[in-house]
Amino acid sequence: MTADGLFFYFVAFMTMGGIYAILCLALNMQWGFGGLFNAGIAGFYAVGAYTGAILTSARSASHVGGFDLPIVVGLIVAGILSGLVGWAIARICVRLKADYLAMASIGIAEIIRLIVVNEEWLTNGSLGIAGIPRPLEKLFNGREAELVFVVFVWILVAVTYLVAQRLRVSPWGRVMRAIRDNDVAAASIGKDIQRFQTETFIVGAVFMGIAGALSAHYFKFFSPDATEPLLVTFLTWVMLIAGGSGNNRGAIAGALIIWAIWSLTEMLTNQLPTEWATRSAYIRMLLIGLFLQFVLQRFRSGLVPEKPPELRPR
Amino acid sequence: MIQFNQISMRFGGMVAINNCSFDIPGGQITGLIGPNGAGKTTAFNIIAGHLIPSAGQVLFDDKDITRMPSHKRQALGMSRTFQLAHEFGRMSVLENLMVAASNPAGESILNAIFRPKRGQEAEHQAYNDAMETLRFLEISNLQDEFAANLSGGQKKLLELGRALMQKPRIILLDEIGAGVNRTLLGKIADKIDQLNKTSGYTFCLIEHDLDYVSRLCDSVVVLAQGELLMKGTVDEVRNDQRVIEAYFGGGKYEDYA
Repeated sequence: MTADGLFFYFVAFMTMGGIYAILCLALNMQWGFGGLFNAGIAGFYAVGAYTGAILTSARSASHVGGFDLPIVVGLIVAGILSGLVGWAIARICVRLKADYLAMASIGIAEIIRLIVVNEEWLTNGSLGIAGIPRPLEKLFNGREAELVFVVFVWILVAVTYLVAQRLRVSPWGRVMRAIRDNDVAAASIGKDIQRFQTETFIVGAVFMGIAGALSAHYFKFFSPDATEPLLVTFLTWVMLIAGGSGNNRGAIAGALIIWAIWSLTEMLTNQLPTEWATRSAYIRMLLIGLFLQFVLQRFRSGLVPEKPPELRPR
Repeated sequence: MIQFNQISMRFGGMVAINNCSFDIPGGQITGLIGPNGAGKTTAFNIIAGHLIPSAGQVLFDDKDITRMPSHKRQALGMSRTFQLAHEFGRMSVLENLMVAASNPAGESILNAIFRPKRGQEAEHQAYNDAMETLRFLEISNLQDEFAANLSGGQKKLLELGRALMQKPRIILLDEIGAGVNRTLLGKIADKIDQLNKTSGYTFCLIEHDLDYVSRLCDSVVVLAQGELLMKGTVDEVRNDQRVIEAYFGGGKYEDYA
């Protein structure tokens, strides 16, 4: 591979890595601060991706829209819609204890996936939506466009990080962590547990939707295959747990490290003989699993563990 | 201050509390004693709003609060500690205290994201109060420790501190002395006494250790098997035949002999 090729491999890596970083920060809001076990990340991701795709793509005969709206509008609406879905789910499920919430959220993500596959008028079914634009597409093309997009993604990673960090150090975040550690005691000191849990579930869902919309713009084409829970929900969870649940920098680091393992091992498995190549995805999953085992044996709270925020003395 | 009015509590077929009434007068230290399974903690959970009784009312300053959710009772000036310490394990000791202070502006998620300066005033206040509380409880040296790493006794002190941070009028202490060594126990008793005598806090405490109860309490309520056995001063209770029987099972012996 030439130096140029290597550089653009890196750009592509950072683009997907950045999208995963947003997902991982969003999950950190729900699980890391809030202790809410959302196993339906793929559902919010799909809501965001399809919202962005339908709103920004050019008019099409095969599904509703597209509405050819600006990408920023698409991203904002994707976040809002995903947040609304999060609100509806939180209303019903947030009182459930961790494992039950996990089951309920898997179920809801599956419902969303079935809607996406079957409601062809809305999503064009399994054929997917094509012609999804990228930002500033008319000004740049080819490899320049890749560069523009990676910068765009990382600006949004920065925004997500800023929000997550502000939430973490605020009194709101402190109450959230208290509820995570002991909900009965949090109620006894006058905190409305349901209100806080609903809020953190919604804000996490908003950013999961934005990450979904970003990936739709990146792929330019979005079909139900891209919402595969193994690739979205499972990988994001591994990223957060390996990186350090509760720590925003840990969430970003975990996203990049796991994504590196996932994409670099693809090069290795491509060298395998054909009868093995078909199984490569599972071999890579196994490697990810082994790495998670290793991390958790050596670093129990992840690579970058949670620290209480500095309290400025005065 | 609190009236426990003809309360019954059933869990399925089990009757934890049966038509039980007593008062917790303001400004005093009231003890709630009784053998295991007498319904003491259940009574606390009803007063604090973690349980809704099957029958009867809880009155706070003559206001019916039987069905008020637990998080709203804090605003009335009621706070509690737990029999098994309920610390916030992955937060520092200082944070454990600060989180107990009320800061509606800082606890709004929109302010947290868009206007992080809001609520700073209350935050300063909470910080100062927390430092003051740590000094009062003599655990300032632990302020940056994760609460999960504290000893059992230190966690009990932290619970008391968290109750104080809410600036309550009444504090419900559920076996604050259980599993605490003698020295620390004496220290906790001093603090409770001091808070009652000089700062006017009302206390209601569940305790097994009768010496501890006699040292602190103005009056005592005795429960046994979910019923009110008697109420009176410590001396009255100590010498009462029914209490001795309930505690030591006297009189029942013949049934098994």
